[in-house]
Parts: sequence; structure tokens; C-alpha cells
Amino acid sequence: MIHSLFLINSSGDIFLEKHWKSVVSRSVCDYFFEAQERATEAENVPPVIPTPHHYLLSVYRHKIFFVAVIQTEVPPLFVIEFLHRVVDTFQVTNVGTSFLLDSCPVIDAIIDKSGSTITAEIQGVIDACVKLTGMPDLTLSFMNPRLLDDVSFHPCVRFKRWESERILSFIPPDGNFRLLSYHVSAQNLVAIPVYVKHNISFRDSSSLGRFEITVGPKQTMGKTIEGVIVTSQMPKGVLNMSLTPSQGTHTFDPVTKMLSWDVGKINPQKLPSLKGTMSLQAGASKPDENPTINLQFKIQQLAISGLKVNRLDMYGEKYKPFKGIKYMTKAGKFQVRT
Amino acid sequence: MSSNSFAYNEQSGGGEATELGQEATSTISPSGAFGLFSSDLKKNEDLKQMLESTKDSAKLDAMKRIVGMIAKGKNASELFPAVVKNVASKNIEIKKLVYVYLVRYAEEQQDLALLSISTFQRALKDPNQLIRASALRVLSSIRVPIIVPIMMLAIKEASADLSPYVRKNAAHAIQKLYSLDPEQKEMLIEVIEKLLKDKSTLVAGSVVMAFEEVCPDRIDLIHKNYRKLCNLLVDVEEWGQVVIIHMLTRYARTQFVSPWKEDDGLEDNEKNFYESDDEQKEKTDQRKKPYTMDPDHRLLIRNTKPLLQSRNAAVVMAVAQLYWHISPKSEVGIISKSLVRLLRSNREVQYIVLQNIATMSIQRKGMFEPYLKSFYVRSTDPTMIKTLKLEILTNLANEANISTLLREFQTYVKSQDKQFAAATIQTIGRCATNISEVTDTCLNGLVCLLSNRDEIVVAESVVVIKKLLQMQPAQHGEIIKHMAKLLDSITVPVARASILWLIGENCERVPKIAPDVLRKMAKSFTSEDDLVKLQILNLGAKLYLTNSRQTKLLTQYILNLGKYDQNYDIRDRTRFIRQLIVPNEKSGALSKYAKKIFLAQKPAPLLESPFKDRDHFQLGTLSHTLNTKATGYLELSNWPEVAPDPSVRNVEVIELAKEWTPAGKAKKENPAKKFYSESEEEEDSSDSSSDSESESGSASGEQDEGDSSDDSSEESSSEHGSDSESASEVGDKRTAKRNSKSKGKSDSEDGEKENEKSKTSDSSSADSSSEEESSSDSESESESESESESRKVTKEKEKKKTKQDRNPLTKDVSLLDLDDFNPVSTPVALPTPALSPSLIADLEGLNLSTSSSVISVNTPVFVPVKTHVLLHRMSGRGLAAHYFFPRQPCIFGDKMVSVQITLNNTTDRKIENIHIGGKKLPMGMQMHVFNPIESLEPEGSITVSMGIDFCDSTQTASFQLCTKDDCFNVNIQPPVGELLLPVAMSEKDFKKEQGMLTGMNETSTVIIAAPQNFTPSVILQKVVNVANVGVVPSGQDNIHRFAAKTVHSGSLMLVTVELKEGSTAQLIINTERTVIGSVLLRELKPVLSQG
Repeated sequence: MIHSLFLINSSGDIFLEKHWKSVVSRSVCDYFFEAQERATEAENVPPVIPTPHHYLLSVYRHKIFFVAVIQTEVPPLFVIEFLHRVVDTFQVTNVGTSFLLDSCPVIDAIIDKSGSTITAEIQGVIDACVKLTGMPDLTLSFMNPRLLDDVSFHPCVRFKRWESERILSFIPPDGNFRLLSYHVSAQNLVAIPVYVKHNISFRDSSSLGRFEITVGPKQTMGKTIEGVIVTSQMPKGVLNMSLTPSQGTHTFDPVTKMLSWDVGKINPQKLPSLKGTMSLQAGASKPDENPTINLQFKIQQLAISGLKVNRLDMYGEKYKPFKGIKYMTKAGKFQVRT
Repeated sequence: MSSNSFAYNEQSGGGEATELGQEATSTISPSGAFGLFSSDLKKNEDLKQMLESTKDSAKLDAMKRIVGMIAKGKNASELFPAVVKNVASKNIEIKKLVYVYLVRYAEEQQDLALLSISTFQRALKDPNQLIRASALRVLSSIRVPIIVPIMMLAIKEASADLSPYVRKNAAHAIQKLYSLDPEQKEMLIEVIEKLLKDKSTLVAGSVVMAFEEVCPDRIDLIHKNYRKLCNLLVDVEEWGQVVIIHMLTRYARTQFVSPWKEDDGLEDNEKNFYESDDEQKEKTDQRKKPYTMDPDHRLLIRNTKPLLQSRNAAVVMAVAQLYWHISPKSEVGIISKSLVRLLRSNREVQYIVLQNIATMSIQRKGMFEPYLKSFYVRSTDPTMIKTLKLEILTNLANEANISTLLREFQTYVKSQDKQFAAATIQTIGRCATNISEVTDTCLNGLVCLLSNRDEIVVAESVVVIKKLLQMQPAQHGEIIKHMAKLLDSITVPVARASILWLIGENCERVPKIAPDVLRKMAKSFTSEDDLVKLQILNLGAKLYLTNSRQTKLLTQYILNLGKYDQNYDIRDRTRFIRQLIVPNEKSGALSKYAKKIFLAQKPAPLLESPFKDRDHFQLGTLSHTLNTKATGYLELSNWPEVAPDPSVRNVEVIELAKEWTPAGKAKKENPAKKFYSESEEEEDSSDSSSDSESESGSASGEQDEGDSSDDSSEESSSEHGSDSESASEVGDKRTAKRNSKSKGKSDSEDGEKENEKSKTSDSSSADSSSEEESSSDSESESESESESESRKVTKEKEKKKTKQDRNPLTKDVSLLDLDDFNPVSTPVALPTPALSPSLIADLEGLNLSTSSSVISVNTPVFVPVKTHVLLHRMSGRGLAAHYFFPRQPCIFGDKMVSVQITLNNTTDRKIENIHIGGKKLPMGMQMHVFNPIESLEPEGSITVSMGIDFCDSTQTASFQLCTKDDCFNVNIQPPVGELLLPVAMSEKDFKKEQGMLTGMNETSTVIIAAPQNFTPSVILQKVVNVANVGVVPSGQDNIHRFAAKTVHSGSLMLVTVELKEGSTAQLIINTERTVIGSVLLRELKPVLSQG
């Protein structure tokens, strides 16, 4: 299927090549470089590029392009998924007696200007870190499996058992792997844990604009919101920003126009805010659209999906494993339109 | 060398800059540099020296550097002679790297490469399967045409290898050989045919891949393997699944009739693409009788469904396209959710999935409408993802959701990503044309955008408005005036051209403005873009025809400018227009019609999706993504009008008497171990025995005597012929069966329930006679079982038709493990623990009652009365306790050994509250204690039962025996013979099981004793005294066999005493539990030896 593979770093050097059939000259990558040039940004490079004699299928991970050269018809996802798997495969085998689960519900949302939710959904993953000697046979049950709307499993999970009993039964591989990813059905209302108050104003023919945002907790069940990072792509007309954060640090890159504010924890008594002015290009008119604010945050010990593990049992081995589960809600693609 | 690097540089062409960069870095890295610099030659010398070295470490170092060079794309071919010498290195690491090198350079240095071939030929015979496989891999990767015959031979041999791993590699090698020498096609097809019959899940994916590459048109090779592939699918590795599903999709489209009904819904456009009207009519005529789906068709659809849950995006996509192309329209809906799930993956996956959704959503909006919001665009999405999402949103737009969507589009139009904003405007235009309710709203919105500051947005709006106005030319004078004003400011050529065209078309509606525009354009003509100039000419011509009074001179001026334009297109157009509109003696008849020609009613452009016609291509393919036929693309054929003979898929059936054994004991006990390995190991042996024959080969002997109607051909099948009416049911059950089996691997309970269910449904099903039922049962059984158990069961075939005297075999003690049969719920006093057969009979139905082939736990042959002291009365302060093993299955748990404890009160007062206190049990050991005894009278005695799970070990169970006042530490250490339960089996089965438990699993010793000790009764008595084993009837006087299974794990324990010449005998024990086996051997030996 895959004829050859080239690895290309961010400066455009082919630093590794491998051929499974006959050797394909690396000049085939010129087509890729052309496409890369046209795309301007790495992530806009098309994953499938036809050339006169070959097809180039690529994935972009860790600032490296993995370019596979194909000669004949093949399901493109086959190659793409495979390349991603190649990148993912850095598993460590272990001997020990611990089984740790990380349950990470991720909340994706788009909030509109007025603070109402346009779309919000929760999906999540349960990652396992397994260091169990032997061939333990595990069963994992949930308090509320009904919440799961759509699931996909690691191949070790016995699907039939899940279908009939809603229990995960599996013999885990060693090391870190994704046991389960799921989606919470859309009918369940999603509690949005944070809000952003914003006041960003540009005026026509003024060289100064006002910028003010405040981040506060909304529905967090008393848990602290941590690791808050606010980023925003400012319009081209913004030359510089002079801002004062009430906490945390902020940076503004005048070249990429990227504003980034590392807030840290949110203290509900003293809400973090970032205020100041933007210096705008003189004479330029005000931008059409206010910048979108992207939010990242984490909430420890909160499973916003409501999905809780009930119990984990081990069969087939005689020792008692150390079991643990950590819940952490994270923001996925959380955007606030202003 | 130098010529090589020269050639290489030429190849790189445009990449020279990067080359230089690389050279620069490579001088820094110690291993890299090679090529242009003279110092590198030295470096090669140095590598050669290292390869000559006697030290492995130096060689390994050198090889690592060389392979590093290859990976970087540097030429290392010069080192070939030095490297190839090491091909026979003992060091496996060096060997591997040499292989890598060889594969890369053998093509360039063919003569030298031949030196290494003999090494691989040797390795092909290596006892280690991994070495055999890697030798084949390298051999087939060496692209030297002269060794093609050797490769062919190696592939043939490997395809018959015992190891499925090697066979898998043989399948891979087929593709490589084919690409090296397509002449070998016919021979390779033979190998593919053979490997397609392979029952290993490991091989299935690889051989189908070879099939797709070498002979995708030989669909006839699939028939016999179709059902097997469907059933194996869930267990095949994920990459194999993708290939198999794609192949089976094509297969289904050639073998089954269309499940799509004519009235399948208005959205169904697909038929228009595939069939002409005539064909359809014919079809409708044919469709008088109701459609029934071929059970094999159903089987495929059903067996692929669970794979929608796969973590592998390619598998999910493969199943989705299968559903799209072959399932009834009403069932396609289930794929939406899974596809939407894939959208949370990486951008590349999103890209492909969104493309496929785009194609699907054109034909079937309903499928994705509930997921509308999943396609909302985020500002962080890459542009290509944004535009695809937009495409889908447009496809999904309808009267109900358009207002929401337009609000969303408003946000997109303001996006900083202008390319995306422009795409959104196009989208709005399409929505406006598709949904007439919102046309005006959209038009107004677009007009507002005309005052946007961004030129791209304005330009795009103009273009879209032009298209919209063209559809409804009336009453839009205002908009046209507005646009005419824009000509002063807007510079984008397409937009200017659009405005001019629009004014020209509507010049009679804006009689005042149009000539003025022409006047302005005449001034700027020379500086306009070519596109705009052409439209100026058009505008001039149209005005000349409608309003020549005002514009005659202007137009002539413009025509003169055009006449001397640099661009010949414009000069051409000018000449053409002049001839047409300006009447002179030379102009022909056409000029009379000039007005009609220029101001004809022009059809409105159709704004349609770029994905409109993509469904020509099979979804999920590269061709679909590119929207052009990729090399090697295989067309999906139309459904046949009449289904080809479905019986071609029938395979010789190996009938099986037992229905529910897949939920085998051993599988449950040790799922981890069996999960993957078992079937393969077993296949090895089965394959070796039946390679040359068909699947049914091993059964043929008995079959002949049993069933004369069965003809001798491998392919034909008497079973299948007869049950074709009940075929649909068969299919259903087969699937159920399959399910229960895969589950059975891990947990027998489920499998059991499932089977019961399917059985009840059988018997209750009104339309199937009992005869059909039995045949379908057996078929389904063999279908799913054959892969792993055929060896065991082949002899069972036909048996029920002849005699049913065969004793049960194999491992089905599992009845006792099932919740339903938990002995706790059965009368404890029942003398025989083997209550199971009767229950099986009840469940099995009549046809199976007498021939159910199971290992049943037997009653103990002998229960020794020997008791062991648990607590001596002296140390127990008058409380004495003895224990003994009643050799009954334990009522407290099926993994426990029953222990009876007799308590005696030797004091002269009551002992109160006798109970078990603290337990000190080894890991895993469990104990079921007796209920506390309130009091024990003086001189009184009481017997209580306990259960202890010793985990098949002779470890001591320590616990405290307590009274009201004291606690005493006591121990129970089981003799090894008590860890067993007797098993009844036939001699034949015994031999078979024994045959599987050889090698490490066998221990033996020689016993010397007086001949009187070797009479059958003495041996029997001695053996059963020591161990709780069952007697196996023996046909030979000099061989005595005993069978048992361990209580905890259910592993078989086979004891053989074979009398030899003189006064010796051989004692053999076969068991997986080698530790207990050897302990038992040690215990039996002295007992048998002594007089």
C-alpha cells in the first residue's frame, strides 16, 4: 500500500526516508513543497495531493510532515490512520501491579456575543495506564452508562459484553492506551463552567481601542477552575496592546497578532481580569469582526459528563492491583465570540 | 560513487536549497555526511574497516551508521560488498540491519546480492517461525529478477507453513513478487486461492490485500470463503478489516440484488446515477414479487455493524461506505453518528470524513440533519475544513433550519479568514437559490455586503448577486443601480466584469445609467483587465443595439480601442462584434439577428455542490477524495438484475453434534491465554493435516460411510442443498452463533445465554420444521466453529445419523460454571455430580440429546476413607478435629475442593461457638467456611463441610479453629490427588487430548514392581486411592488410562500406565498444569512400585 515514506521537518528538510518497494526519488516531494507553499500555513496543506505518477498522503504532527507515497487506489483513511498510529506508537511495556484510569471529559462550546450557548457538547476519553503482570482480565462498570451516546473502544474491549450488559470487559495491553472515547448525548444540557465578560471596542479613525475581559466561574459544583489560558487572534489593524492583568502573565506578539494570557486559577472572590488599550493603525478603519476568544481550562475532580466509574474488578491473576481513577474536566474547543 | 551522487543531485532538482541545508547539518552530525566532500571517502574507509572487524560491537556501530545514511537518503551503495559479507552474522541485531541495507541496494547491485540468497534459503527452513518469516520478507523485498523462481518457491512453501505468521508473510510476499514480475500472476493466484481458504484471522487480511492487488476480478475465488470472511471479520486485525470490507462491498454489489426499493424515499437519487430509465421500468416489472434479502447479504451487513465502534477511523469509514453502498436505505442511518464521531479526530481524518459526508448529505439530508451543529465552523479550524463544513451545512439547509443557519453564516462572513468569508457568500447564494423562501432575505443580505470594506467580500457578493439576479431578472433595478455605483470603487476584475455584464443584460431597465457606465468604461478601457475589457465590449454591443442614438459613437470608440489591443482575444472579439452589429454591405445575414443573439434569454446558472457527482466513486476511496479515477481504482458494479446462483457460497459443512460447546470451559478459565493463541495453534495442526484437502477433507472418511448421497466432490454440500428455503434463518443464526462464539472466548455465560435464546427462538419459530432446524443448527455450528474446532469435531459429523454411541469428548465441563447450573441451587445430596448431561439434554432439544459431546464430570471411582488430623485433642484442649476429602464437587463454588471436617468433643463439658477465625491463605486461595456451631455436647461429634479453592496448588491453607474461649491454628494441606475431579471420556478422545498435551506438558517415569502388582485391579485401586481420577475404558490390556481435570482451572490431567516387558511399567502424565502433574507423578510412583 504505502510505497515510500518521507519525514519532512518544519524547515522543509527531508530528514528521513524509507522505501518498501522500489526506491522513489525524493524529488517527488517537490509536489508536496509546492502545495505547502500555496497553503501558506502548515495546517492548510491538503492531506491528499495527486502528482502525475504518485499520490502523496500526509499527516502533520509535532511540526513534522509524514508524507506517504502511494501508487494505486487505497482508502485514504487507511494511510492517514496508519501514519497517525506510527506517530502514536511509543508505548512502554511494564511489569507491576497498578491500573490507573484518567477520565477526561472535554467540553467543546461556541458561546455567542451575548453569552448564550450556540453549541456545546461533551465528549470524553478514558485513558488507562496499565502496569499489570500477567494476563489480568478486568471488568469495569459505570454508575450511569446510559449517558454514553456514542462510544468507541480499544480493540481489547469485548464489544458484545458491552452491548448486552454495559460493562467493559477486557484484558488490557501494557502501558498507556485509550480505553474508551465517548460522546454524551446532545439531549443532556451541558453546564458551561465558565463565563467571559468582554468589552472590546474599536472606533473608526481612532488610534486607540479599549480591551477588557474578565473570566469567572459559572457552574463548577464548587470545584476550582485551573490552568486557565485565554488566547485570541487580534485583527491585523492592532499594532500593539498595553494591558494590565489582575493576575497571571500575558503576551502579545505584534507579528502574529496573537494575544495570550496565562491566567492560572480562578479565585471566585477576586475574578481575574485583563484591561488596557490597543494601539491601532492610524487611519485604518475598524475591523468587521471582534476577535474570538479561545479558552483553555481544567477542573480537577469534576466529571462534567456525569460519567462515573462504579467499580473495577480483576480476574485471572491472583494479586491485588493498585487501582485509581482521576477525573478532570478540560476545555476542548471552547470559543467565545465577541 | 561520484556518478551516483551526481545523478542524485539531478533528481533532486528543485530541492537544491534543502540539499545544501542538509549537507550543512550533516557535517555537524558525526554519522551523516557523505558525498561531496573528500573527507567522506575516508569515512567510508573507516566504515569498511569497522565491518571487517572481528568485534560485533564495531560491526553493529558501522551498520547503524550506514542505515542512518540510507534513512537520510545518502548513497551508501559503495559499501555493498563489505556489508553483504555480514549477512550470515550470528548477531541478530547486525543481521537485521544488514537486511535493511540489502533490501535497499540489492536492486542496484544484483550480482553481489545473489551472494546472500543462500543465507535466506537456509533461514527459510529455520525452526523459529520469526526467522522463517523475516527471511521470506527480505527475500521478497530484494528486487532482483533472477531470483523470481526462488521467491515463487519460497512463497509456495511458506503458504503451507504451520505458523500462521509465516503464512501471513507469504501473503505479503505475493504482492511484492507481483510488482517485481507480473508474469507470475497465474502461479500467484493459485497461492492466493489456497491462502484464502486459511482459517487464521492473522492471514485473512493479508491475503485479501494480495487478492485485491493481483486478481481483484477473480471474484469466483471469494464465493467459498465469503461466509468465513464475514464471520472472521470481527477478529481480524484492524488494517485487514479495512481491506476485507472494501473487497466484500464490491463482492456484494455483484452477487446480490438491490435492496433499495423504488419507494425508498424522495431523497434517493442514486438510481438515477446508476440506471437508465428503461432499466428501471424493467426492474419495476420484475419487482412484482416482494424482495427478500439473501441471508449472505444480511450476514455481511450485520457482521460489520459492531465495527462502527472501532477506534480506527479507516475501519469506521469502511463500514460506513459498505452500509452506504449495499445496505437497505432504511438502515444507512446508523452510520451518521459514527462518522460524526470521527470529526473529533485529527485534521486529516476530518478532511476525508467531511468529504464523504458532503457527498452523502447531498443525497440524504436526513441522515446528518440531527448533527447540524457538529458542522459549525470554529475560528481555529484550518481553511479546508471550514469550507468542507460549509459545504455540508449548505447541503443540510432546508426551510426549517435556514434561519438559524443564516445567522451562523453572518458570523462567518465577518471572519478574518477572507477566503472562508468568500466561500460563505457563495454558500448564501446557493441557499438562496435552493430555498425560495429566503431568496429575498439572502439577496438583501448580500446587497448589504456590497458596502463591506473588504474588497474580496464585495467582489464575491457581486458575483453571487449577479447569479441570483439572473434567476429573477425583474424588479431589481435598485440593486443594479447600487452596483453600478460600485464600479467607481471596486477593483477586483471578476466583480467589475460581473457588474458590467449585469448592466448590459438589464440595459433596458436602467436606460439612464447604462450609457453613463459605458462612458466611464470607455475612459478607463486601456487600463482594465482583459476580463473587464471583454465585458465592456459586450456592454457596448448591447447598448448599440438597444440605444444606438446615445451610444453609437461611444461604442465605435471602444471598438477602435479594442481593435488595437495587445490581447488577440480582445482583437478577435472586437472584429466579431463590429461585423455583427454595424450593418455594412459585407455583413452577412446574421446581423439581422444581432439583437437576438446578444440579448437572448440566458439560462440561469445552476449553483450546485462540487460534491454533486462524486458518488460515481465508491465512498472512502482515494478516487472519491480526488474526484478523479486513481490508478487501480475498481469500479463498484451495478446491482445485478437477477442474483447469481447463491449456492456458490455454500461450503462443505462439517456437522457438529454439540451445539453450545464453544463456550468452552478452557476458554473461560483462561481467557487471556486463549484469546488469540488458541485458534491459531490449533489451526496449525489442523492445517498440516488437511492442507491438500479441503476444509472437509478430514471428515470425508466417515462421511462416505455415513451419507452416501453426499457426493465426493470437495465443493458440494449435501447440507446446504437441503436448507436453502430456511436459508434466511440460517443466516440469522449463523450470526448469532458467531456472536456467541466471539463472546464465548472470554466469557461463557454470555455465549450460553445467547445460545439458549437462539434455541428457543428456533423451536418457537413456526415456519421452520424440525428437520430444517436441525440442519441449520449444525450448519451454523460448523460455520462458526470450524475455524478452531474442526479438528475435534470432524469425526462427530454424521455420527448422529449412524450411531450415537460415541462418548462425549472435549472440554465442556463448563456447565458447572454457569450461573444457571450453579450446583448451589441443585440438591446437594445428589450422588452424582454429573447432573449436567440431563440438563444439556433438556436444552439441546431432541436431536442432540444422546450425542452431546462433553467431558462430563464423573462420580468418583473410589472415595478413600482416610482422614487427616486437623487438630489433635491434646493441643485442642479436648476439641479434636479431623478432615477428609469426600471427592464430591463442592457445593460452595465450582473451583473449590470439598473438605469435610469432623469435630469431636473429648472433654466433659460443652464446647460452645465453634467457628473459623482468622484465615491466612496464600494469594488467590479462597475458603468457604462452615456455619458456626453453637455448642458441641461432651463426647459429641459433628461433621461439617467446607470448600477451599486451592488454586490447583498443594499450598497449605492456614486458619484458626476457634471456640468460645480459644483459638487454634490449624492447616489443611491437600494431597495432590484431591485437587482433581474425575472425568469420563472415550479412549479415542483420551488419545486425542493426549496428543495435544505432549512435549513440556508430558512427564513420565519407569516403575519397577512385582508382576502381581500389575494386575488391572491393583493398578486401578492404587491409582484411584491416590488421586481422584476417572477410569477411561481401554481397548488394550496392557494400558490403563485415567482422566481427571483440575478443580480450579479445569485443565485435563491424563494418567497412563503402560505395562512393559518384564516387571516394568511406564507411568505417563499429560497435563498443562505441569507442576501438579509432576507432583502427582512423584506420589504415584512409590505407590505403584510397592507391593
